[in-house]
Amino acid sequence: MAVIRDVMAAFELFQPTSVADAQKLLEQHGPDAWVLAGGLDSFDWLKDRIKKPKAVVDLSGVAELRGVRPSGNSGSDGIEIGAMTTLTDVVNHPIIKQKYDLLAQAAELVASPQIRNQGTIGGNVSQDTRCWYYRSGWPCYRAGGNICYADTPEGRNREHAILQADRCVAVNPSDSAPALIALDAKFVIRTRKGERVVDAEDYFVGPDIDITRLHILQPGDLLTAIRIPSTWAGAQFYFEKIRDRNVWDFPLMNVASAMVTSGDRIDRIRICVNGAAARPLRLRAVEDAVRGKPRDAATGEMAGKQAVQGAIPLQFNAYKIPLMRNLVKRAIIGQGAGVEEATWAS
Amino acid sequence: MGLIEWATSPWGKLVPIHIAWFLIWVALIAGFLFFIVHAAYLRYFAKPREFAGSISPAAAASIPDRVPRHSLAARLFHWIMAASMLVLLFTAFLPRVGVQFNWITYHWIAGTVLTASIVFHIIHASFFMDFWAIWPDRIDLRDAWRRTLRVAGKPESPPERFAKYPLENKLYHGAIIAAGLSAIVTGVFMMSRVRTVFFPRNPYLFSDMTWGMMYVLHGLAGVGLIALIMVHIYFGLRPEKRPITKSMIFGWMSRDFYLKEHDPKRWVVETSSSPTSSASDSKGLEGRGLTDAG
Repeated sequence: MAVIRDVMAAFELFQPTSVADAQKLLEQHGPDAWVLAGGLDSFDWLKDRIKKPKAVVDLSGVAELRGVRPSGNSGSDGIEIGAMTTLTDVVNHPIIKQKYDLLAQAAELVASPQIRNQGTIGGNVSQDTRCWYYRSGWPCYRAGGNICYADTPEGRNREHAILQADRCVAVNPSDSAPALIALDAKFVIRTRKGERVVDAEDYFVGPDIDITRLHILQPGDLLTAIRIPSTWAGAQFYFEKIRDRNVWDFPLMNVASAMVTSGDRIDRIRICVNGAAARPLRLRAVEDAVRGKPRDAATGEMAGKQAVQGAIPLQFNAYKIPLMRNLVKRAIIGQGAGVEEATWAS
Repeated sequence: MGLIEWATSPWGKLVPIHIAWFLIWVALIAGFLFFIVHAAYLRYFAKPREFAGSISPAAAASIPDRVPRHSLAARLFHWIMAASMLVLLFTAFLPRVGVQFNWITYHWIAGTVLTASIVFHIIHASFFMDFWAIWPDRIDLRDAWRRTLRVAGKPESPPERFAKYPLENKLYHGAIIAAGLSAIVTGVFMMSRVRTVFFPRNPYLFSDMTWGMMYVLHGLAGVGLIALIMVHIYFGLRPEKRPITKSMIFGWMSRDFYLKEHDPKRWVVETSSSPTSSASDSKGLEGRGLTDAG
């Protein structure tokens, strides 16, 4: 298919200055509207002319969607991050660095400094998948068709899903999403019916629920903020991102964990992996299994094995199984703790 | 606005991918319109039903109070098929109208149940029941013509009483066969595109064009089934059809209803004492039309 780059199809551009106006526009245009945050995912779609919205609602002028502020009384309930806050601002914010460094670590590993200056936290969690069959405009399941080109005997699927694939094998590419899930963040969504607050892990959907979206936002909905409760403030955090290049690349897989220990025992833990499925996977079974256990190599090994149970590799991504095992192990016991790592040979 | 959605394949070919989803609404609206038109016709225009001839007192006397109509096996098949069909329709079309859930697993499991029940039914109806009872015969066609003329106000003899199944029932059965088998055959092939316990996944089984046509046929059969099942449920709930509906639950219909609507010569009911007609049948009890073929 011939792809015309750099010349976008015509659309009506709206630049609201308030959330109320933005939401009104989104409701007015429904499925024909496209929400533009930082534009880094959007302009790929628009310039490749794969997506041709009739109306684009540019949120860059909505000041109330920017910034990090205390949530609740004097910030005791945590923080609220406006959806249009740039990733650079997230990385550099003193409270985030001090109390929720997991998010700062994750955001700092997104792409390149220039992209982090422009990219927003809301856009990072809401971006579409990177599956090139889908992004090339082919009529796959995710595009409304009846086939997954990546899940064929000859499909190029090195970056695709090993877990919870259901017809479509694309994965979620966000780095900040697993960190937010590990921090038990809440996503604030403005809908036609009013404000809706959902747990971070419930913001994402797999193809079994909705094969055309990676998140729950429906036409007319707007993600306005992300609230991080103080529950995990100052916990022990681990974030690791594996990618083909050390900068400016999407994750092959990443892992985020927040842990509270008592002595050498794991008291509380939340752990999430992304790049393994169409949605960031919170590993509840692993959390349950390691809670109360010593934070040592044996626990890490057990957690790694448990994490990949049910994984089904595609033709070219079997490496993701040992990769996920190792990431989960390291997320529990820390890097370089002398654990023998799972290996894979093609 | 086309009836089929088309897309360009990676090889630059225009291929169908599925039906246009507005056809779901077309089927629903068509079903509701049928209810309204039919109910209005019966309420305001239809004349009382009239049949030719009368049943001899001797024949009537030999009919039992409860006329066996559907065997237990036939009833079980019907309700299993009904349940699986409803699950199939809801799981197929609810996600298309915005109700999101993990539909595909339920869909293929219900499809498997439906397929197994249909295979059972084909064998059961072919070898253990009066296979031809559900197919229109010459008298059905002649009577359909007579009924049409009478509705149009032309002078014509009244039709005979029905055999085991009225013509409408037989035509409905034919439509269900066409739509149901189309959905089942295409659905079985489509299962090779998803992960199930039955086949190794093989998206290359057919060309993109063949797959596309298969999805279109599956979709058309699906929306057709929406309307057909709505009509079926509507008739099942109509007061004058209730004895037939009850017979699908309890297996029998009353003697009065039988004598009012059915011709003992065309649907022979054997009693323990004596048969009501001399029609011979070598197939045994079920072969004489005592059980369901529909």
